[in-house]
Amino acid sequence: MNTARSSRSELWLGRIVLLMLVLFTLLPFVGMLSAALQPAGSNPTGIQVPTNPAWGNFITAFEMSKLPTLMTSSLILVLMVVPAGLVLATAAAYGIVVLRVPFGGVAFVVLLLGLTIPFESLIVPLYHLMKDAGLLNTRLAIAMPLVALYLPFGVFWMRAHFQGVPKEITEAAEMDGAGWWRGLWHVHIPLARPALTTLIVLYSLWTWNQFIIALVMMDEPLMRTVAGALGAFQGQYGTDIVLLSAGALLIMLPTITVFAVFQKQFVVALLQGSVKG
Amino acid sequence: MTQLDQTVAGAQGARPAAGGGRRTTRRGGERRGPWAAWIFVLPALAVYSFFTLQSLAKSVQYSFYSWNGIGEARWVGLANYAEVFSDPRRVTALANAFKLIFFYSFLSIALGLIAATLIRGLNSRWSRASQTLLFLPQVVPLVGAGIAWTWLYSSDGAVNQILRAIGLGGVARAWLADFTFALPAIGIVGTWVLIGLCTMLLSAGMTKIDPSLYDAARVDGAGPIREFFAVTLPGVRGELTVCLTVTLIAALANFDVVYTMTLGGPGGSTMVPGVDIYQLAFNQARVGAASAMGVVLMVLVLALVLPLQRIMRERP
Repeated sequence: MNTARSSRSELWLGRIVLLMLVLFTLLPFVGMLSAALQPAGSNPTGIQVPTNPAWGNFITAFEMSKLPTLMTSSLILVLMVVPAGLVLATAAAYGIVVLRVPFGGVAFVVLLLGLTIPFESLIVPLYHLMKDAGLLNTRLAIAMPLVALYLPFGVFWMRAHFQGVPKEITEAAEMDGAGWWRGLWHVHIPLARPALTTLIVLYSLWTWNQFIIALVMMDEPLMRTVAGALGAFQGQYGTDIVLLSAGALLIMLPTITVFAVFQKQFVVALLQGSVKG
Repeated sequence: MTQLDQTVAGAQGARPAAGGGRRTTRRGGERRGPWAAWIFVLPALAVYSFFTLQSLAKSVQYSFYSWNGIGEARWVGLANYAEVFSDPRRVTALANAFKLIFFYSFLSIALGLIAATLIRGLNSRWSRASQTLLFLPQVVPLVGAGIAWTWLYSSDGAVNQILRAIGLGGVARAWLADFTFALPAIGIVGTWVLIGLCTMLLSAGMTKIDPSLYDAARVDGAGPIREFFAVTLPGVRGELTVCLTVTLIAALANFDVVYTMTLGGPGGSTMVPGVDIYQLAFNQARVGAASAMGVVLMVLVLALVLPLQRIMRERP
């Protein structure tokens, strides 16, 4: 757009600014990679091009961090949180928008309230709730609160989608005599696929990277989320910069890989999902 | 980005009128009353009420007691709240949350605006690929970012290396151990996390501005600066509100970054409400004090974010 008005110098200025932004964004990753490739046990200084890259550090870090175990743990949590969150949010938004339940507007406003509550403000009662239920140190103690805490965004998100569905489609489904369940399953779910994809991406990412809930509810780092495990790894190897960097990079690698593969979906989801506030 | 527009519009809260429930009588062949449709909404509302609303109520309840989490709780009235606003540690935590707003919100949005304006004309494959890279900080866990930046800020780290390289070796220091600079150092991490998102959001907003507005401004003899204030800035008002909301919440509800980088140190100089709540409740067994801080934090977020939503709603 606007190529006509962009002069050559403006284009170059833009490129330089973009380059600086990218360098700033990549700096921490480059710093970690540089440290991770220094000889094991050494005290690296700054960012250096390693003369003799010690790739073996990654093997050590792989073993120390018990990567497969903690990835599996995060995956289990995602599988506990995302489907449940998706079903609850979609059904609620469907009821409020398409079926127009009485006082649906009130229900929505009550749900919306939860959108801005910082998790820290709820963490203490949630901890005691789980403790009283005898669920501390189980995955349920992480998963159940997360489903609830992510719910306001999910309903908000699906409601925005359902509102965008043309009235004719909803009404045609009704005139066919299709019941509520069939209307949802055969008409609305297929139409909601893009909105649902975005919600899956965001819910998975938030669960995977969730820190404070995992930290509080679970003592065993290997049964936490990736972020929770990473925090424990730092606590254990905080002084060994080489090993810590290699481990942190490894732990983040799967996320970065998935992002690289599905970058389009991620970018769309993150841009749209940022209305979370 | 029509979807984004849609959601922003959705945020304006055109409430599906509760009174619309009557319409269901029109439904051919549907014999269940509209109240039966609550079966779809009820599960979500039950889960939300049980976990979120109940915790909210309990937070408020705990905040009036002195309780170590196990023994007998003792009613103390507003004492915990008095402490939030008088104990130096609590006050510092709240003040720091506000100081972080400068880095998380102001800096990311101001720089994001400049960057988005300047990269507007770029549309090659390379520039789009590099813009994707700007999302990386949104994808990796904040704990990972904290670990990486701790290393960059250490006395042997890359920040000091760069400073020495450009002849500023005199200011080199262990940044996170410095009483004055530890908080700004953490603030920069917030800028790092959010600047890419702000740039891309604003960039997406700018592509929706009608090009003829720019032509008109040019005809009127507006320079790039006036053009920015007359056309670009009003054109991205909605996106600005979204950026501000997201970054404000991130600044006030900061936990992961501070927990990983300094735990509030040195000497409490980087304490933030989130870490304070955690330590009060889980290290010092002061559940009431932690809850009071939690309630204050929540009210603070609401007080800053709600007016923003109102501004967004007033958008023409």
